[in-house]
Amino acid sequence: MEAKHETNRANGYNAAHKWVNVVCMINASSSGAPTAAPVGRETFSSRKLFILSAIGSAVGLGNIWRFPYVAYENGGGAFLIPYLVALLSAGIPLLFLDYAIGHKFRGSAPLAYRRLHRSAEVLGWWQVLVCFIIAIYYAVIIAWSGMYTWFSVTKAWGGDPGGFFTGDFLQVSESINVGFNFVPGVFWPLLVTWAVVIGIMVAGVNKGISKANAIFLPLLVVMFIILVVQSVFLPGAVDGLNAFFTPNWEALGDPGVWAAAYGHIFFSLSVAFGIMVTYSSYLKRKTDLTGSGMVVGFANSGFEILAGIGVFAALGFMAHNAGSTVGEVAVPGIGLAFIAFPTIVSAAPLGALMGVLFFGSLVFAGITSLISILEVIVAAVQDKLGWSRVRASLAVSIPVAFISLLLFPTATGLYLLDTFDAFVNSFGILAGALVAVILIAWFLRKLPMLSDHLNKVSSVRMRTTWIALVSVVAPLVLGYILYNEFASKIAETYEGYPVWFIGVFGWGMAGALVVGALLLTLIPWSAKSKLNDPEYAAMVAADEAEEQR
Amino acid sequence: MTPIAIVMMIIAMVTVWGGLILALINLVRHPEDEGHLPETIAREL
Repeated sequence: MEAKHETNRANGYNAAHKWVNVVCMINASSSGAPTAAPVGRETFSSRKLFILSAIGSAVGLGNIWRFPYVAYENGGGAFLIPYLVALLSAGIPLLFLDYAIGHKFRGSAPLAYRRLHRSAEVLGWWQVLVCFIIAIYYAVIIAWSGMYTWFSVTKAWGGDPGGFFTGDFLQVSESINVGFNFVPGVFWPLLVTWAVVIGIMVAGVNKGISKANAIFLPLLVVMFIILVVQSVFLPGAVDGLNAFFTPNWEALGDPGVWAAAYGHIFFSLSVAFGIMVTYSSYLKRKTDLTGSGMVVGFANSGFEILAGIGVFAALGFMAHNAGSTVGEVAVPGIGLAFIAFPTIVSAAPLGALMGVLFFGSLVFAGITSLISILEVIVAAVQDKLGWSRVRASLAVSIPVAFISLLLFPTATGLYLLDTFDAFVNSFGILAGALVAVILIAWFLRKLPMLSDHLNKVSSVRMRTTWIALVSVVAPLVLGYILYNEFASKIAETYEGYPVWFIGVFGWGMAGALVVGALLLTLIPWSAKSKLNDPEYAAMVAADEAEEQR
Repeated sequence: MTPIAIVMMIIAMVTVWGGLILALINLVRHPEDEGHLPETIAREL
């Protein structure tokens, strides 16, 4: 064992030395004389920081306001079974697929897919555009949460949280369209949100993304644990926990429940929209990918269980206070966060603290996810144009912030946010994931090569079962969920919004992402781009040399 | 809480948080090192 250890160590050092030598050779030959080493790709300074950042990306608003309701609606305690099956059979395998692509091909989504195969580049751009759409509205929810952290102190919503949210705070227009009637109470916090996020993006992978996650993620976990402890001691909390954990075994026979579990896992783990490809491209060459991925996957789910306990204990208190059942007060998403929770904050002992903890958690969970979403776009521009970190960060973040500030802090922003969210999730993320697994597994047949890469640098080996899960289970499940989404959105106009509105900002937006991805793929990679990066060429040469030995 | 809800809560905590602890133990057993690959390899999935 010791001898093997030494051999591996020696091979690693030799490969590393060879890699440095090849970089120098390429560098010297390109200019005719030795020059300074090229600026290498940014790298997470430690595996721990990568894991923290990946967890920060995965743990987002959905963990807090989506999972508890999805679990409750789909069998309560029994939902744990499809949830765990979905996590192990699709979530984690697809997470590893993203890791393998990003780490092996060491690039942003478009560059990594391009290096995988020329025809796959369009998938990367599709994911970049999906991230653009999500980024412009995700920031708005963080801004709302920031304001509600403050509102919790004064309980600014008074006796009518619902009326306050849509009336006083958002000033939602009755006409459903896109207008520019700005709401200052949302515009300014959104501007502050973008200023913070742009600062993080400009600072780069180590000084920005890593540091933000190293601060915000532990803070989020501590705040949320305090919130959960506070919630479970509220009167009626037991009723909420009973509602959340009591199993409805019959639900396991319903395909819709299984689809809900798989659908939730896809969204929750941040797979298949470029984030994990981008983050893993910043890893050192000898990083344990699968071991790290297991931690990320289970940490994300661990937080969801915590969120379920905290949210349903609080909802139990709300029902107890209103003299109703938990089922009558349980709602998902925006309704839970900005209407139900303020009601709880108003009535609970130490309610202000509870509100600050809850909305502060949303802010931190949101920011760590938003920076990962934005990083997909920044890295793509950086790779395609060969720009510096600062230049690419500013060139991406400022226009994205501008569009976000133009469209969402308005009286009609809520309608647009709702529509973008519903359609980009289904026909951006899910559709993109389906096309990606079919192309990579069945047309390009790259899974054996990617599993070899995972096994070369990882502690948990991936082979036959992983290939079967990615090539068979994932497409079947994704196809089923996507078909259901398509059928339901065709059957009736989403939320009863005008047909033209859904046509333009729902279906039209989703279609524009595909067209945009095709157009971006047609733009040639410039000489300054990272496509012909000497660092990557040297790394490939070193890997090949190591394999031949 | 009802007995069945308590049982399901414990199962959920043990499987998910236990899975996290096992994943962390596996990671600790394979410390980060630029110079070598993992020595002990877990069972193939």
